[in-house]
Amino acid sequence: MEKPLSVYFFGTCLIDMVLPQAGLAAMRLLRREGIEVIYPQGQTCCGQPAYNSGYDAEARTVARCQLDAFSRDIPVVVPSASCAGMMKVQYPKLFAGTPDQERAEALARRVVELTDFLARVLDWRPVDRGAPLKVVLHQSCSARREMGVADAAKDLLARLAHLETVEPDHAHECCGFGGTFAVKQPEISAAMAADKADAILATGAQVLVSQDAGCLLNLGGTLERRCPDAAAQPSPRPAVKHIAELLWERTHDS
Amino acid sequence: MIPEFPVRVSQALGNERVRRNIRRTMDGLVLKRHKAFPDEHELAVLRRRGKLIRGHALAHLPDLLEELERNCQRNGIQVHWAETAAEGNALVRDILRRHGADLVIKGKSMVSEEMGLNHYLEAQGIRAVETDLGEFILQLGDERPSHIIAPAIHKDRVEIAQRFAAHFPEYPYTEDIEGLTAIARRIMREHFGRAIAGLSGVNFAVAETGTLCLVENEGNGRLCTTAPQVHIAVCGIEKVIARLDQLPPLLTLLTRSATGQPITTYVNMISGPRREGELDGPREVHLVLLDNGRSRIHGDPQLSSTLRCIRCGACMNHCPVYSRLGGHAYGTVYPGPIGGVLEPQLQGLDRLGELADASSLCGACGEVCPVRIPLPALLRRLRAEGVRGRQGSRVVGQGSRRKPLHRLIWTLWRWVNAYPSLYRGLTGLGTRLRWLMPKHLGPWTRTRSAPALAPRSLHELARSEGFRGE
Amino acid sequence: MSDPRAAILSRLRARHPAARPLPENPVRRFDWSPQERLSRFREALAAVRGEVVLVDEDWPLRLFAWLRARGANNLRYAPATELGQELEQAWPDGEAIRLMPHREPVETCRQELFANTDAGLTGCLGAIAETGSLVLWPSVQEPRLLSLVPPLHAVVLDARNIRSTFHEFLVAEDWVGQGLPTNALLITGPSKSADIEQTLAYGVHGPKELLVLVRQDLGLAGGA
Ligand code: SF4
Repeated sequence: MEKPLSVYFFGTCLIDMVLPQAGLAAMRLLRREGIEVIYPQGQTCCGQPAYNSGYDAEARTVARCQLDAFSRDIPVVVPSASCAGMMKVQYPKLFAGTPDQERAEALARRVVELTDFLARVLDWRPVDRGAPLKVVLHQSCSARREMGVADAAKDLLARLAHLETVEPDHAHECCGFGGTFAVKQPEISAAMAADKADAILATGAQVLVSQDAGCLLNLGGTLERRCPDAAAQPSPRPAVKHIAELLWERTHDS
Repeated sequence: MIPEFPVRVSQALGNERVRRNIRRTMDGLVLKRHKAFPDEHELAVLRRRGKLIRGHALAHLPDLLEELERNCQRNGIQVHWAETAAEGNALVRDILRRHGADLVIKGKSMVSEEMGLNHYLEAQGIRAVETDLGEFILQLGDERPSHIIAPAIHKDRVEIAQRFAAHFPEYPYTEDIEGLTAIARRIMREHFGRAIAGLSGVNFAVAETGTLCLVENEGNGRLCTTAPQVHIAVCGIEKVIARLDQLPPLLTLLTRSATGQPITTYVNMISGPRREGELDGPREVHLVLLDNGRSRIHGDPQLSSTLRCIRCGACMNHCPVYSRLGGHAYGTVYPGPIGGVLEPQLQGLDRLGELADASSLCGACGEVCPVRIPLPALLRRLRAEGVRGRQGSRVVGQGSRRKPLHRLIWTLWRWVNAYPSLYRGLTGLGTRLRWLMPKHLGPWTRTRSAPALAPRSLHELARSEGFRGE
Repeated sequence: MSDPRAAILSRLRARHPAARPLPENPVRRFDWSPQERLSRFREALAAVRGEVVLVDEDWPLRLFAWLRARGANNLRYAPATELGQELEQAWPDGEAIRLMPHREPVETCRQELFANTDAGLTGCLGAIAETGSLVLWPSVQEPRLLSLVPPLHAVVLDARNIRSTFHEFLVAEDWVGQGLPTNALLITGPSKSADIEQTLAYGVHGPKELLVLVRQDLGLAGGA
């Protein structure tokens, strides 16, 4: 993919409602690179929650909404590997054999995950304006597996000169979010989240970042419960940020 | 009566000792597998080949089964067919009765677990003795395996030592692993020395040569198939492969994925009973081919990939859910991701559909499966069929997991998300009224603080920062 | 209902997937020199606690010493094989370690075999360098239990019969064409189990120790 003049931005419903500052940071990053960023006001949810729960018809109806909202032939940048995976990998299956099959396949081809877009398509080389900071990177399962973009997030952080980036123990393991899994199997999910949170705390990093808001909500909420005192010693609770926020914070002139 | 799944989950998560034992083993097996495949390219080539070989066998399954039968018979192996576990059990019993056997020594066989063979035989007055060390330990406590290749991983050496002490007081107490193993060896030698009948599973059945291939490390499998007068092999009908030269790639995939071993200590290829003039080997070899729901799975173009499974256990070793629960919480013979896919198909979604929910769909299982079964996609498919039937599908219990409340929730969800103006209105309202948001959100907030809705949604922020809305 | 076989086959045929070509399965093998095959075999077998020693005609003496060091009192072997003959001729001390020719069917020597045999000797068809495996091909002369029941197992291997992989072995020797014995075997190290805490323990059911006596010949003399 060449550097495009314009891109769509799919904010994802989670970021829209809970972490809009992350979406905004991502859009500002792209705009600063001279790209026109279009945020279709008709966008809603990618449909994954219903899809992963087995409600395919409901998921299809909602997904169709995104086919409408992102219809022009320009890249769709998504600040979530999970939602990107839904659109890129699952949409063609969800719409297979329906009249929308072609549109779904076309959209799938245009979907790019944010860190992948920055690292690979733009080959973005930022200047780090921030103070030295230790960051722990949690890669979502979709980034690692479904989308195969885990290297991109790592690369981007490595390009920031004053960051020390680490990964938690058992880095490859799921944090337990899994969308509706966290609600349907709360105890298993909590056990997974607890282990991940402890591994994160053990790194002693000041900030936790991820390319997926779902993991961040799960881990942020769990960390807060496990470690109510943010300044606890010896391992204070890290601040929780979407990777786009961190990248923006450290690279814009204030 | 086994408690409900959520209760079993709670119990499993609450058992620190078992969790520690399982986690330690899973971490070890994951590392061993990782080291066993240093070359990613080679792994990719092998997995592809494994998938194609197994896929080919399934595409030609009826023909290959007939070829297997012909060649087994030519080799002197007697072939039996069983549609159900009950038929399989009865076949085994009849063979044993004919030989007047009141004892059968068993090598490790998951299919026999699936049949519930031990308890069946016991009720018929025939004692079945497990000889695999792990299975032997479990049988002493009437426990079921918690893992398909490492059955006793939930136990640590102290528990095993105590169990041995209770059952075999004649031996001095030891917690030493070599010592415990030596006790088991001595006890089982007596059985091997006198049993008339042996029973085993089958890892691969080669149609071309009529050969039953078994892999193992201990030697008990060889003993069960060599020392007694009669050997009975129980085998799922999907275990057949076309050619002998397909064994090497499958064997290396199996052992490296399972335990990280380049090969097991023994690869045992049985092509018939004792021949004229030979000094040992069973006088009769019987092969029991068990369907038990497999032919139904075979008919489904997508779900039939389940039958490619070579039972390596890698999917459970890498599963974050399995590694916290262990196998017993699943309540089934096959636990973990393959269990979540296979068991609801074998026993029906109405009975076991919830196992398909016991996954965060993280994808770790699909990533490691040596025959590339798309486990996450199959789990999702079964979820979908649990809530709504699907044309042409023969999965039992379709639609049985549909609950009115869930229906309602997803209908509302669809409604909100399918009408952008409604979505914007509600999210806008939600963010403005966020102070109304409850601090407790059901199960989520039991272990996590509640997420806070932002004061302004991204839709609004994007507009006010001048991003074109199209 | 009465014929499960017909019922299963007809169910399988009812929705028969499309035929597929036999997948390509090129023989996986390596072009290792004889020396390299031997050294890889040794390494791989050593990694699973198999012992390898290089021998000449004097192999019975080496075997004797090995058994002696382990306190064995007897050795069971197959008298009708060439190996058996060589063993008998060169055995240094039948008092110290008694030679037990294995001639009877298992039914009549079960007790002797299971309870009173310290060691077993067999030959092999060859070996596999990649995995350190021995290929055994039990026969009328050399039965299956000799390599399994005694706590010590010794095997004589001719170095020229080491091939790179199992795949190469069974294709090159045309196993399909010549027909398989009742029980072809690959043996890679002594019997073991990791069923307790994933910790290896040896000699669970089969031999606790495995010795491979490698006879070098032809191009290999003096090498490796
Ligand atoms: S599904 Fe795949 S990974 Fe799991 S046991 Fe079967 S072959 Fe192994």
